[in-house]
Amino acid sequence: MPLLIKGARVIDPAVDLDDVLDILIEEGRIARVANEISSDGAEVLDASGLIAGPGFIDMHVHLREPGEEYKEDIESGSRAAAAGGFTAIACMANTDPINDTSSITERIMKRTREAAACRIHPIGAVSEGLGGEHITEMADQKAAGCVAFSDDGLPAKTAQLLRSALEYAGMLGMPILDHAEDMSMSQGQVMNEGTISTALGLGANPTASEDICVFRDIRLAKLTGSPLHILHISSAGAVELVRQAKREGVPITCEATPHHFTLTDEAIAGFNSTAKMAPPLRSEADRQALLEGLKDGTIDAIASDHAPHYEAELQVEFDAVPFGIVGLETAVPLAMEILVHGGVLTLPEMIAKFTSGPAQILNLPGGTLKEGAPGDVTLLDPERVYEVTPERFESRGRNTPFAGRKLRGCAAATVVAGKIVMNQIAGDMVINTDVEISAGKV
Amino acid sequence: MMPEPYRRKDLLSIRDLSPGEIMFLLDMTDSFREVNEREIKKVPSLRGKTVVNLFFEPSTRTRTSFEIAGKRLSADVINIAASVSAAKKGETLRDTARNIEAMATDVVVVRHSASGAPAYLAGELNCGVVNAGDGCHEHPTQALLDLYTIREHKKEFGGLRVSIVGDIARSRVARSNIIALSKLGAEVMICGPRTMLPAEAESLGARVTTRIEEAIEWSDVLMTLRIQLERGAGAAFPSAREYAATYGINRKRLQGAKPDLLIMHPGPINRGVELSPDVADGPFSVILEQVEYGVACRMGILYLLAGQYEEKGSSEPGGPEEGGPAETQPQSSEVRDAVAH
Repeated sequence: MPLLIKGARVIDPAVDLDDVLDILIEEGRIARVANEISSDGAEVLDASGLIAGPGFIDMHVHLREPGEEYKEDIESGSRAAAAGGFTAIACMANTDPINDTSSITERIMKRTREAAACRIHPIGAVSEGLGGEHITEMADQKAAGCVAFSDDGLPAKTAQLLRSALEYAGMLGMPILDHAEDMSMSQGQVMNEGTISTALGLGANPTASEDICVFRDIRLAKLTGSPLHILHISSAGAVELVRQAKREGVPITCEATPHHFTLTDEAIAGFNSTAKMAPPLRSEADRQALLEGLKDGTIDAIASDHAPHYEAELQVEFDAVPFGIVGLETAVPLAMEILVHGGVLTLPEMIAKFTSGPAQILNLPGGTLKEGAPGDVTLLDPERVYEVTPERFESRGRNTPFAGRKLRGCAAATVVAGKIVMNQIAGDMVINTDVEISAGKV
Repeated sequence: MMPEPYRRKDLLSIRDLSPGEIMFLLDMTDSFREVNEREIKKVPSLRGKTVVNLFFEPSTRTRTSFEIAGKRLSADVINIAASVSAAKKGETLRDTARNIEAMATDVVVVRHSASGAPAYLAGELNCGVVNAGDGCHEHPTQALLDLYTIREHKKEFGGLRVSIVGDIARSRVARSNIIALSKLGAEVMICGPRTMLPAEAESLGARVTTRIEEAIEWSDVLMTLRIQLERGAGAAFPSAREYAATYGINRKRLQGAKPDLLIMHPGPINRGVELSPDVADGPFSVILEQVEYGVACRMGILYLLAGQYEEKGSSEPGGPEEGGPAETQPQSSEVRDAVAH
């Protein structure tokens, strides 16, 4: 049945649209976006008072399947995505076994069709086994459904490996996503270097570690002319390097996470291990640089780096706690609270970071409400207060430094291919996974 | 500075403590020191109490000091040499500690290679937790015994100049001492090669120098730190030989020192590296006094955390009390009784 979304303020940054309109989705695709569309034969979703944007895309998620389903799996992770307002997510390769070959990619695609509540785009490994030696069978992985390549968790190990990967993936029209840290400085270090690390006596890496790797990456993107994306940029120096590189026309993009633009290393005071990530939370000056980079377009996308962990693995000393936090269910509320209500970005600018931004980086067909685009819509309630309650997460991960925070603005409903997969417009959240999700690009 | 009764469940860091609490713990040390000078060095204060030394890092000196302290108070003292690598394979730190607590342990003394591990445990356990050194964070009992040693010789902390020499960045002893001395009004200077000074070193509240001569001339007290030779040369210092030549304290270097300089070291000493043997054993050195007072200091802490200290006028042992500080001198009749036996 067609779906008619009525009366929302429709914002599509890809085509500069911002007006109160109706959206008609037929056969899984956007059919029309116009005034007062007739509801004949369509299911109607009353969205008056809400914001409708293209389906939000989280281009940086760890789903843990295959291999670590006790932390998260495709079903729970995609439910968390739908709950958070995402219609599509891209999942990193550092599963067990690692997604470095088409058979693993195919398995993820199959499980997506069976169990997912949103679209899932696999990201293949750059190097076999994330070993940093041999590039993977990228053409084969692309054919199986991969949309990009990344050794995330680790940087591409050497300049020569990254050069080869960029040349080879670039030939296939695929981007490389790099976790940019100089591991000779960052290996074994658990937080940002500064007054907090000095007071706590915790091992730390300086922002120079990230800057050095981002500089390497930019030079190789320039050398090869192939698209390179910096994951979770965190330092002021790295933002400035990307800004300059873009000015020179280097094919480089980058993303920021909600935790890096919301928190600083002060969050670790008292050995708070829920604030332990890689790259680490930085200083207030770095955080301000991220806000500036988001505002001036240096930072193209917001991505959660959703990294669920098992409870027992967190009940250990700070050094042994694994890096990362869950983010699918807090990313949009944090972006609304900090960026939109905080006066950093306009609503259309913020929406672009979750839609046209990641869609362009990963060459996805979504990210817009143009006629014929995938029928994916995210409805936002900009005033609804979301209290972060880990016990109520759809994700199996509960690791978040935001527990108890009240954030203004969140997703009200999530529509994938014309089907409502999450709806809390009228009250309590209802998630419907009984929706056939076509895996891969449509 | 008035002592202020210590009412905490744990002793995790000097940073947590008020100057009055630090003074109180130094006075407690005084009370217990006398026990160690008796012919029969044992009092029944902690009879029926259980103290577990849970050491995730090898230690002889600190573990022995806590063990002797507990035994002289008649507590049952159990030593557990745990390993971080074994913990990684199975039981979490939390489960290990909760098992120990389930055996009705009164105080757990924790040494761990990870900064913050004792603080994490203290949040999970109802029994008292003593930090016996955590990673590069703090070593509060070492700082307390160092302060006690300094007070024995210098009486006052106000205006006293103390420099700490060595690998400040990786030293929990340095952190606890810098914080403790600053809280009591002493001036602190840290000295070492740039590679051994922490980032934003001034944020610790100390003067910073890389010149050993400057530290020696300036100081009333010179604390030297152990160089971790076992971690290997290369990153933080080129070689033991070069460290000894550039930062080692020897007779010649001490020519510019004050005549009543104190030289301290938390042990174990690398003779000929941090200190030349004649200095380590020489007239300025109070290194063995540090060891001696360490036992009394830890007796006081175990006694407090096992809940045996009862303030004068308080009906509940160890319970909080509204009375003024003048009435809560640590040499209360209760402590005197405890040590009088």
